[in-house]
Amino acid sequence: MNTIPMSYFLVLSAIMFSLGAIGVITRRNPLVIFMSLELMFNAANLTFVAFSNAFGNANGQIFVFFVMVVAAAEVAVGLALIVAIFRARGSIDIDLMSSMKN
Amino acid sequence: MLQLTPQLIIFFSVAALAIASALGMLFSRNTVYAALLLVLNFTTVALIYFMIGAPFIGLAQITIYAGAIMVLFLFVIMLLGTEVIAKHGPVGFQHIAAAFIGLVVIAEAIFVFLIKGQSALSIIPGGNVVDVMEIGDLLYNQYLLPFEITSFILLVAVIGAILLTKQERVKSRIGKDEAKK
Repeated sequence: MNTIPMSYFLVLSAIMFSLGAIGVITRRNPLVIFMSLELMFNAANLTFVAFSNAFGNANGQIFVFFVMVVAAAEVAVGLALIVAIFRARGSIDIDLMSSMKN
Repeated sequence: MLQLTPQLIIFFSVAALAIASALGMLFSRNTVYAALLLVLNFTTVALIYFMIGAPFIGLAQITIYAGAIMVLFLFVIMLLGTEVIAKHGPVGFQHIAAAFIGLVVIAEAIFVFLIKGQSALSIIPGGNVVDVMEIGDLLYNQYLLPFEITSFILLVAVIGAILLTKQERVKSRIGKDEAKK
């Protein structure tokens, strides 16, 4: 039987997800944070498709489709926000966005 | 215990490429390189999708993620001129917390993998292929309402993006109105 165990896909997905989480926490450039977020979406999608194959059920792939649509919308709005912040402040460093603190 | 079949060799090489490109994205000091490495990562994941019988999702991954979204990223990076990331300061609390969380999750995954090893579920490469017809059938029958809602979400996102980036003209118009008063 030329099958691949499910756990291999889950471990790959977990590693990619945690790399994305590390990126979101440590990086200060919002563009890189967004890219790490995409990496996390990607890891979740991989799990969806792997389970879809394992159970022979197409519904998982439909969910991946919806995740992609929402990710595309999120990226469009997020990048527009970054551009707007850059225009207003001339910098997009996350640590400098603390004007609502005081 | 582990028989190295061609399918496994392909999977391991693609998975190694995916992890390597994700690591490169994480540690790259140049945003453009990070974006291009992420494109490579999306493409390798698309290869995995093709391998496990999801051709529609694989193609959508390449066209939507690697194509549209990453081109948008590169466009914004070059528009703002933030290619090179400045050297960051001392290692803060965030870095230690992130390293801890990441290592815990990865160690947990590998631990479960080593303890459980072969799970009951297994993937058949090239098997259980969901063709585009089946996806379309599901989308337009069972998931018709969510599908319509996604079109609405995209519309709202487009309007929001245009509104957010067109701020100046609105602001100048407000300024003119106040000047009239």
